[in-house]
This record gives sequence, C-alpha cells and structure tokens, in this order.
Amino acid sequence: MLDLQVTFGSDVMELGTRRLIFFTLITAFVGYSLLIYFQGAGKNSELVQLPHGAREGKLLFQKYNCIACHQLYGLGGYMGPDLTNVISFPGKGPDYAAVFLRHGTNRMPDFKMSEQEVGELLAFLTYVDGTGISPPYNARINPDGSLTLPGEE
Amino acid sequence: MKKDIGVIFFLLAAISLIIGLIFGVISAFQFLYPEFLREVAFFKSRPIHVSFVVAWIFLSSVGGIYYYVNRVMGLTLFSRPLAVLHAWLFVITGAGIGISYLAGEFGGREYWEFPVAFAVPILVSWILFAWNFFRTVNRKKGPWPVYLWMWSTGVIFFLLTFSESYLWLIPYFRDNIILDLTVQWKAYGALVGSWNMLVYGTAIFLMEQTRKDGTVANSKLAFLMYFLGFANLLFGWAHHLYTVPNQHWVRYISYLVSMTELIILARMIYQWRKSLSTALAEFHFFPSRFLAASEFWIFLNLILALAISIPAVNLYTHGTHVTVAHAMGSSIGINTMILMASMCFVATAVQPGSIVKKRLLRMRIGYWILQISLMIFWLSLIAAGLYRGIYTISNQAPFQEILDGIRPFIFIFAVAGMGIFIGLLMLLMPVSDILFGFLKTTDKKNG
Repeated sequence: MLDLQVTFGSDVMELGTRRLIFFTLITAFVGYSLLIYFQGAGKNSELVQLPHGAREGKLLFQKYNCIACHQLYGLGGYMGPDLTNVISFPGKGPDYAAVFLRHGTNRMPDFKMSEQEVGELLAFLTYVDGTGISPPYNARINPDGSLTLPGEE
Repeated sequence: MKKDIGVIFFLLAAISLIIGLIFGVISAFQFLYPEFLREVAFFKSRPIHVSFVVAWIFLSSVGGIYYYVNRVMGLTLFSRPLAVLHAWLFVITGAGIGISYLAGEFGGREYWEFPVAFAVPILVSWILFAWNFFRTVNRKKGPWPVYLWMWSTGVIFFLLTFSESYLWLIPYFRDNIILDLTVQWKAYGALVGSWNMLVYGTAIFLMEQTRKDGTVANSKLAFLMYFLGFANLLFGWAHHLYTVPNQHWVRYISYLVSMTELIILARMIYQWRKSLSTALAEFHFFPSRFLAASEFWIFLNLILALAISIPAVNLYTHGTHVTVAHAMGSSIGINTMILMASMCFVATAVQPGSIVKKRLLRMRIGYWILQISLMIFWLSLIAAGLYRGIYTISNQAPFQEILDGIRPFIFIFAVAGMGIFIGLLMLLMPVSDILFGFLKTTDKKNG
C-alpha cells in the first residue's frame, strides 16, 4: 500500500500553478493533434486515395469484423495471421487469400461472401500491402533503442 | 428515500462483468478449439467479452463517482432524473450492442465493433453524465482535491477521445490507412488514459477515506503525479504504432514521454519497505486489501509497460500476447482491484459489518484464487507472446508453426482464466448481495 506522506508529501500546489500546467498541456495537445491530422502519416500522406473497390473493401473488413482475428500492422486479434502483406508475401498472394475468403477454414468461418465482396476485400488488402511491411523483419535497432523501419533509411 | 443511483450503477457493473467474464472464458477456449460453440464464434465472443468488461470499468467508476460526490462529499446531486436516464441509456445501448454482436452485425472497428449508430446513445449518455457531474461538483467550496481533477479529466477526455475514434467516418481519414491507424490508436491510447483517470481518482479518494487523511489529495506531489499521468494520456500512446510507417517524431515523442513513467517506478521502489508494513497492517479491511493488490499489479505492469515502450523491445512484443498481458494485467490487476475496493467500500458504508458476517471466508478464498490465477494467466501470456515475437521476427516462422508452439501456454492461460472467473464470482456475488439488499431496504422504507 502506498504510504501517503511519503508518496504524496504535504506541500500544497497553488491553484494558479495547477491551472497553468493544465492549460499548457491542453494547448500542446491541441497543436500536436492538428500536426498528426495533417502530417502524421509521413510519406504515406502523399499516397493516392484508396483505389476503386478498396474503399468498399475497407468497410467490408469492418462489417465482417476481420480485425477480431487478424491484424494489420500488428494491430488486431491473434486467432489468424497478420494480413498486411498477404498479397505480396512469397507463397501467398491474391489467389491464396481468395480461397480463404470464399470458403473459410476450421479456424475461420465461411462468411458466404459474394464474388463482388471477395474482389473488394482483395482490393483493400492490395492497397494495404503497398503502404509498408509488417512484421518489420528487417527493422534496424538504433543505439538509443529506437527503430528504423524498412524503407526509412 | 430514493434508491441510490451509485449503488444501481455498481449492480449493473457487476452484471456486466459476469457477462464479460463468461465470454472471456469462451473466447479463450475457442482460441484452442475453434469449433467450440460455433454459434458464438470467436469473432463474436471476443467483442462481447471486451465490450462488457469495458462497460464494467465505466459503470463501476461512474457508480463510485455518483455515490461519493453525493453521499461522502455531501454535494447534492444536480439531477437524479438525469442520472436515471444515463443508467437507462447505458442499459438499453448495452443490450442492443450485445444482441447485434450475437447476430453477427458489426460495422465499427476494434473495441467499438458495433454498428456506428450505437455510438450516438453512448455519447449522449456520457454528455448527460458530464453535465450532471460538473453541475454537482461546482457546488464544492474551495480548491478541488486531486481526485476531482482526475475525474473531471476522465469525463472530458472520454468525450473527446471517443469522438476522435470516429474520425474515420470522414473520408480524409478513412482513405489513408496509415493516417487512419495513427489517429485510431492515438484516440484509443488516450481513451484508456481517460478511464484510468476515473479509476485512479477513485483509488486516491479511497486512500483518503480509509486513512482519514484530508491532506493526501491536495499535496504538491499528488498533483505532480496527476500531471505526469495526464501528459502520458496526451502524448504517450504511440507504443502501439512503433511498427507503423508514419512520421518518426510520432514514435520518438511517445518513446520519450513513456520513459517519464520511470519516475513513478523509482518512487514505488523507494517507498516499498514502508508501504509493505502499512499494507500488512490494514490487510484485514477489504477495500485496503484490494488497494494493496492493485499496488502490486501496478508495479508489475509498470515494468512491462516501460519495457514495451522501448521500440527495440516492442519490435518483439508488438502484435503478440505480451500486449494482451499488459492490457489484461492493467484491466484486471489494476482497474478491477481498485473498482472492487470501491464496491467493497460502498457495501461496507451502506451495511456496516456486512462483509464480516458469514461472507468473509468465501471472499478471502475468492481473493486469493483471483490473485494466483491472475499471476499464472499473466505469465502464460508473456511466455506465449515472447515465443511468438522471437519466432516471428528472428526465425520468420510460419504462422501455423507458431500457433502450435504457443498452444501449451494458451491452454494454461485459458484454465487460469477460469480461475479468475471463479475468484471474481466469489467476490462479486456477496458484495452484490449486500448492495442489492440495501436497495430492497430502500424500497421497504419508501413503501
């Protein structure tokens, strides 16, 4: 259990100081958020918008809750593999992915998707594939503990 | 005398936690045996588990705040009807979300997978709560103690970050996957920080109450710790994004801010010996016992959080069960322990001595089953995650091979998950029984 006197001390912080710190942090947060909204995507800021079919595919990805089991850039569930580079990974590709989408497996339900839905999901996965690499096998670990991702040299 | 709205929220929270735990156990076993309960397949059971456990955290935090500002701080609630409406909106929305998941109707993103329309009543119910909360606490004379700052921060930032997590509805964000992921996890990181503010504020409030020491929540150091936590809420979320090819500085800033948590760790180690003697002295009192457990889990999870905030380590832990260990360790080990302390505190307040009568032994056993199961659960997740991380990054092993390799750890994790369920049930049932009995007494007094 925390010892209150040791942990928190007894000096009181002035109300003006509290407000100053609070509003400084809030101001910095607003500025930082705007910077992220307009510059946060890095080189991907210049990417062309989602191609035809991929936009619909993204919504299908959400409609079928694919993220409950799969990951994009390591974010998502653990039941199935990361799909970021399923389109370009050696031995996989669009035909390989289409089989899973059409029929499911013992771990993945058959969602009985239409051919149009399969096509749109593949278009979305193809778009994602072009944005980067995950997992970043060839990431470089820098002396300060940070990472340089593939393609960031 | 009308039924206490805070107690009603606690009972709703308990129901929510039991539903969340049942589906947590189901989804853990589905990971091992995907054919198990195919009607409620993993892609349905996981979001039900997550949503109802998150609802437990919100409902019990809010229940405590309603109870404490009104009954303990002596501030008259601005509007009881608004609080009742808040509760009904939450219940109806929660039921709707549960049904939509069972029916396989989704549309949102991870953690908020429900159809987008459900976001509206969630937002409205929270606005009602915020309005009621601020109109109530504004009646307090003199400077606010740190827990009121924390609760206020939690209330406001839930509104902001929940709204921010829906920016994907705007094509500018949705049509660029890297920007979309960056903004999504920026919002989620701060959103978790916002409910942590509600929970940690409750912990400080309880410490002040159990120790009868009014200076605790006004000290300079308490506010410095609050601002440190607040800065982490605002800027320390990008450890989820170290492997996403966004701007370098997004990751660097988060790395630097996250390392400030070393200050909290150093403080905990510095005062460890003195804290331990205090904890042992107060261990007989259930709220203090849960607070002691939360401190232990804060220590372990802080070390884990610091480790995975180092990008070089994160490379091996991101997208693995280590991340789940961190999430589960925080939500069960820290949040649930503090919220159970809060629930026990209220139960003791409404029916003094009630925990001691008959229920003490069952609760003591439940407490230890929970702690031991959680430790096994947490360690098995870390082991599974490290296996997966190393075999993925260093060996580039195929997914199926990794899945087979982690199977023993996942089996232990699933069995320990059942232990957590049993332990929490042994604690929740008697405390809920006391609170429910209190509501019935209120009914009789009205009658």
